[in-house]
Amino acid sequence: MTEYMRRDRRWHPPGYAPGYKSTILRSPRRALLSLEQSVGETSGPVFGHSTITDSDRDLIANYSTGGEAIGERIIVHGQVLDENARPVPNALLEIWQANAGGRYRHVKDGYVAALDPNFGGCGRCMTDENGYYSFRTIKPGPYPWRNDGSDWRPAHIHLSIFGAAFTQRLITQFYFEGDPLIPLCPIVNTIADPAAIDMLVARLDMGNTVPFDCLTWRWDIVLRGRRSTFFENRPEGN
Amino acid sequence: MPVKYLKETPSQTAGPYVHIGTCPSAAGLNVRTQEKPNVLAAAGTAERIRIEGVVLDGSGTPVHDGMLEIWQADTKGKYNAKGFTGWGRAVADFKTGEWAFETVKPGATPYRDGRQQAPHVTLLVFARGINIHLHTRMYFPEDEAAHATDPVLAAVPPDQRHTLIARREKRGGETVYRLDIHLQGDKETVFFDF
Ligand SMILES: [Fe+3]
Repeated sequence: MTEYMRRDRRWHPPGYAPGYKSTILRSPRRALLSLEQSVGETSGPVFGHSTITDSDRDLIANYSTGGEAIGERIIVHGQVLDENARPVPNALLEIWQANAGGRYRHVKDGYVAALDPNFGGCGRCMTDENGYYSFRTIKPGPYPWRNDGSDWRPAHIHLSIFGAAFTQRLITQFYFEGDPLIPLCPIVNTIADPAAIDMLVARLDMGNTVPFDCLTWRWDIVLRGRRSTFFENRPEGN
Repeated sequence: MPVKYLKETPSQTAGPYVHIGTCPSAAGLNVRTQEKPNVLAAAGTAERIRIEGVVLDGSGTPVHDGMLEIWQADTKGKYNAKGFTGWGRAVADFKTGEWAFETVKPGATPYRDGRQQAPHVTLLVFARGINIHLHTRMYFPEDEAAHATDPVLAAVPPDQRHTLIARREKRGGETVYRLDIHLQGDKETVFFDF
């Protein structure tokens, strides 16, 4: 059985982070119970490339009612690696985001900014054999939310990531380099270490920009790494 | 110098609009509406059960923006079995916070040292205000004997084990297991760090 390295809980945001008020009543007060992994943790669902279509990873066009989405056209790409710097192939990435005006197409979002009839903000893609992924979208707008009065979220895209095992399960968000709202955001600031925050900041990738069409941003993802199990039952090796 | 590894990408809250990317029909998006991610076993499946509950915050208020994932073995205790994905997703009802899965009861599964674990399902909770998803388990109340030797339950303080054990009832012809998940407080659910 493959096992995974421990999760560094000091690197991740803590459950209780009172600057982000919603955590106050939604964080466990007891310590998490640390246990060794067995098959239910080191396995996970297998998603096939056949379930994903090209339109799934084209958010500019996949909710079209006749036209294309409004906004700054971008491509987001990167590589999914594990902590041993090995590529993670066949990882499923599910994507959601606000439109260019900062409005989500969600029954519960009542922000005053207009909906875009041609933008749903929902996509998904899978990594190839080298762990690479890419999708096309429009750059989301910042939006206000109720925390300390009206806080503003920096432009961000939410991602849900499935690697090979439930221990690698991750939902996160990435931001765009240079956005002055990043250091002001109470959700960003639930993370203590600036180096950890920096991992959530996509970089402008001019080399891969599509001339007269799309700006390109690069964002790499790291999932938990497999642990060598030297003296435990390892008939299958590492 | 110790060996250097890459650091894991940090988690961020799934936020209140997690449904758009994970269960789009719940958000009101007419894409992939054919998907019923909380149904692992179709109606009519022998041994079909329902697992349901609500997630409650520290004030006892239902969390009605959450999303839950389940991961389990098939009836014989096999993960990734042919014909049974073992994986599902449920949306907490926007008004009541109720979530439910239609599935089958898993068989016993091996622990890392070969001992048996009592039948259980893995549950992951995502929601606004949860910075990194919470990982827990649901066990079945009729397996008392197996609970006594389960290596994971053995690590849980005895007075907290009940937070992982569902209540069982018959509803119509169906067996329903109910587990409310308490994020905080006197009844706080046991959450794991695997
Ligand atoms: Fe958001």
